[in-house]
Amino acid sequence: MRKLTGLALCVLVAGCAREAPPPSDADAAFEKSLQQQFLDAKPGSVIEIPPGKHALQRVLTLRANGVTVRGAGSDKSILSFKNQISGPEGMLVYANDFTIEHLAIEDSKGDGLKINDGENVTIRDVRVEWTAGPSKDNGAYGIYPVKCRNVLIEDSSSIGARDAGIYVGQSQDIVVRRNRAEKNVAGIEIENSVRADVYENVATGNTGGILVFNMPDLTQHGEHARVFKNKVVANNLGNFGAKGTAVASVPAGSGVIVTSNPKVEIFDNDIADNRTANVIIASYYITNFADKKPTEGYDPYPKAIFIHDNRFSGGGDSPDGLDWKTLKVAMFGLGGHFPDVLWDGYVDTKILVDGRYPDDQRICIRNGDVEVLNVDGPNKFSDPKVGKDEYHCELPPLAPVELKGKA
Amino acid sequence: MATDHGNADEREQRSRHSGEGRNPLKRILWNPAFAGMTSLGLLLFLPLSGCTHAPQPVHFFSEGKPEKLSDWHLVEARDGKLAPNAGVVPYDLNTPLFSDYAHKFRTVWMPSGTSATYEADGPFDFPVGTVLTKTFFYPRGADADRKAVARSYDTTRDFAPGTAHEALDLADVRLVETRVLVRRERGWEAIPYVWNAAQTDAELARTGDAIPLELVGDDTAKADREPFVYVVPNEAQCAGCHVTDVKAKQIEPLGPRARHLDRDYAYADGTRNQLAHWAELGILAGLPATGLPKDADWHDEKQSLDARARSYLDVNCSHCHSPTGPANTTALDLRSANADRRRLGECKPPVAAGRGTGDHLFDIVPGKPDESILLYRMISSEPGVMMPEMGRNTTHKEGVELIREWIAAMPGNCDA
Repeated sequence: MRKLTGLALCVLVAGCAREAPPPSDADAAFEKSLQQQFLDAKPGSVIEIPPGKHALQRVLTLRANGVTVRGAGSDKSILSFKNQISGPEGMLVYANDFTIEHLAIEDSKGDGLKINDGENVTIRDVRVEWTAGPSKDNGAYGIYPVKCRNVLIEDSSSIGARDAGIYVGQSQDIVVRRNRAEKNVAGIEIENSVRADVYENVATGNTGGILVFNMPDLTQHGEHARVFKNKVVANNLGNFGAKGTAVASVPAGSGVIVTSNPKVEIFDNDIADNRTANVIIASYYITNFADKKPTEGYDPYPKAIFIHDNRFSGGGDSPDGLDWKTLKVAMFGLGGHFPDVLWDGYVDTKILVDGRYPDDQRICIRNGDVEVLNVDGPNKFSDPKVGKDEYHCELPPLAPVELKGKA
Repeated sequence: MATDHGNADEREQRSRHSGEGRNPLKRILWNPAFAGMTSLGLLLFLPLSGCTHAPQPVHFFSEGKPEKLSDWHLVEARDGKLAPNAGVVPYDLNTPLFSDYAHKFRTVWMPSGTSATYEADGPFDFPVGTVLTKTFFYPRGADADRKAVARSYDTTRDFAPGTAHEALDLADVRLVETRVLVRRERGWEAIPYVWNAAQTDAELARTGDAIPLELVGDDTAKADREPFVYVVPNEAQCAGCHVTDVKAKQIEPLGPRARHLDRDYAYADGTRNQLAHWAELGILAGLPATGLPKDADWHDEKQSLDARARSYLDVNCSHCHSPTGPANTTALDLRSANADRRRLGECKPPVAAGRGTGDHLFDIVPGKPDESILLYRMISSEPGVMMPEMGRNTTHKEGVELIREWIAAMPGNCDA
């Protein structure tokens, strides 16, 4: 009974952050020394994280340029923020020309590793994980560079983020490769970013595998993303995102989603068993973002999307949400499935020439027998159509990303 | 090497204190120790030995981080008081940042012969050598429990008798930390100090501290007690608020801006406007005669709800939520000067809030405080949900009520 009352009280005061037990003397000494190293870091400093699981109470903030933070491996040097009292991030970086590698950040109250306004960013073999698995208590982003230039994220992983596992926002010149994203709402997300290469990653067990989004209001608009050679498999996790966030609108069972982002090339991927659809091409309007009046200068329509040479299998057989389920059964029967590509059908009528987009603005598919389902979003799904030939076209390949100024 | 503004400057610095030039009598009343020394003459004062109550002059350290707050000789605990040294001028803000109900005692000091230059919007342009302090303290709780501190807006017990608002009464307050902001050649630096148990001095705490305390409400009959951990920020966290331009990456003072300082202060020799006082002392140049900006006192119910709410949001949020601040990723602008309603949060969807949305769709829904993310995050005291992200571990109930009232009174809706 006593316990129950305590619990009820906890809920009333919105969480029990202040109930965190005081750290052991060894943990407190370790934290003090590590915090001091972060404060004292200067260009050329290498901060070593020794093997072991280290319990920290407070965000590690790096403000010096040219620093390396290095552990002994993402399964060996573990920074645990389970009892964090101040943050909310695990690690927070406001710096340029740095490398963070071979370590893990676990159970931070907010984002795992946030990098704000940095240039020449290298994240290598970093694991960010919420160890209890998907939960409403997890932080939003795992690895989270925002407003950065020249970003390399490789051989890393994110597990359990309540928003996106690996999220690159409002940045430019980005390479995200050989990472693993699992049990997040969004596995890997590129948002409002310019020139991103996303390749050789594994996104599995998320609500949505790989997202390329362009949202209104932000400091820059996104364009130019190449998504290739990834394995985007069985992203069917129930959406546990917080209502109101963009990813809360992602249906469980989404492989690759492009929302309102111009110039996206999706090729040579293995995309399989994503039960709503292997690929979704959407405008800002189909999303259930509450706001339907995006700001001026923002283009809500996806344009110049090229999907080719992917290997699709399975998927589309059990879409998330009643509308989609009904649509699926009505069109393809109980045992049937959606085609590999879903398009919401919203068209920017202002740019139509003879009833269609100019060649360089189209949604093009060159992927064997792959079909597209236009769900007729503008008319509330009243006239959905499967098509193939009308999407058959090609766009010139997008240029690979070059990370300037990086070794 | 440390730069020492030694005793030669002493006289001039002292003369600034409390307007000696205007009213020497009151100054003498305020500081009998110094009055005695004046009559004994400068020669006797110089060696300092045997002059137990005489503080040494302020020491500006141009480099390094002294181990003890007392090394600076800015504010010192002596004779049962926390008193500013000669030439160290206390000040207050129209609306302060909420810091777990801590009371704050702020001071400014500048090397003799220098002055800050007035700015209408940003922090004043302070000369190299300026040192600001902010001491966080609580009125002591009614009982002997060392952890107990009062949750109270009553400041009448804070100050030592006869000092107006110039010195704290250590019999009635518990000092927690003093943050020093020093303007050096290369820019501002933030240095945190934590007060010792004996309340005799504060020690350097670069990595911050976590101090278990218990807030005790004014109404003792209600057994209103709230345990919490008071978190002293580390140096990097200081920058988390004090770097207001994420590109420039420079630490800046937040409080000493015209719109926050334009108010009266109870100096030992009388109450008068702070900006006028600074100008009179010669530490503020270029103060316009008219047209000074002034933000509302959030707690003053005579002022408009909108002005009070906007002032509160400005002080508590806009160091990050401005077009240049670290939270400019989210397009939310809570400066009191912002006139764009959407950027103020009205019907604006969240950008990177995560579970901080509380399952709400917009930052502010006019007329519906309980559907507004902004209020939800103010109510929470959980890292990862709460706003501001740091600087508090409790909920500011009265602040929440103010913003609740403000949103409730807003016309319109987000149904479009």
